[in-house]
Amino acid sequence: MTARVGVVTFPGSLDDGDAARAVRIAGAEPVRLWHGDPELHGVDAVVLPGGFSYGDYLRCGAIARFAPVMETIVDAARGGLPVLGICNGFQILCEAHLLPGALTRNQHLHFRNRDQILRIESAGTAWTNAFQPGQEVLIPVKNGEGCYVADPATLDQLEAEGRVVARYLGGNPNGSQRDIAAITNSAGNVVGIMPHPEHAVEALTGPSLDGLGFFTSVLKHLVGAPA
Amino acid sequence: MSRVVVDVMLKPEILDPQGQAVANALPRLGVSDVASVRIGRRIEIEFTGEPDLDRAREIADKLLANPVIEDFTVRLVEADETVDAHQ
Repeated sequence: MTARVGVVTFPGSLDDGDAARAVRIAGAEPVRLWHGDPELHGVDAVVLPGGFSYGDYLRCGAIARFAPVMETIVDAARGGLPVLGICNGFQILCEAHLLPGALTRNQHLHFRNRDQILRIESAGTAWTNAFQPGQEVLIPVKNGEGCYVADPATLDQLEAEGRVVARYLGGNPNGSQRDIAAITNSAGNVVGIMPHPEHAVEALTGPSLDGLGFFTSVLKHLVGAPA
Repeated sequence: MSRVVVDVMLKPEILDPQGQAVANALPRLGVSDVASVRIGRRIEIEFTGEPDLDRAREIADKLLANPVIEDFTVRLVEADETVDAHQ
């Protein structure tokens, strides 16, 4: 049976179409979810896409966290539902306390848009098991508030538990502490990533096909393949 | 009507690049005696009935501020006073 992967659209989401497309290219069925509908419609996993939900008012992701669909997603994620938050989705996961820390204004204040090399640090998550630990991938980064911050104890804990999922290589685009580009929760089912794997799934539009691995990973995870 | 004013500031240890950018612009105004600038946010809340500081604190903690990176203060401003008089 084809896996069903939900992609949430908030007011101000931008990359929901690309995320749904990446899900389809990876071989799953994308299911569009609506912020105002608490129903998850039987999906096996959820992607929170990039964009500017609620206009980034107050703080990025702060208002999206209270959307009806998020209440269901937070409960389901605590029960093991795989959830990938990309860019604004990562911000929403932090605001919803599914992931520790916060994303703040890029230290240099510029919006940064470029193809970025990442090193996959943890291939043990639901969204990275198709990679090898230490593998380098090339996917676009595009953010204005992508600087990951957390207190030193939290950062040390993330490192010690292998929960830093990816780090920036070849230059940190936003000042993120310890070059962190992606992290996971302790169960490994929730991943937040600032760069955009959904923009690197086709030769025509992306710098590589490396982003596809995030979406094929969750399919492997769902059929119970060992990470 | 009485209002509750919530001030939200980045924690001291969190870099404030906006404030730095403003501080860096001050010499172009001829201002050279400012050591640092920090930028925060002020939110004014009007309740339908009596102002409720505890409720305002709850709102601030859950939504207006992100305790990971920000601190907040909550205070009451009387109807006949301007907020600026309390600065």
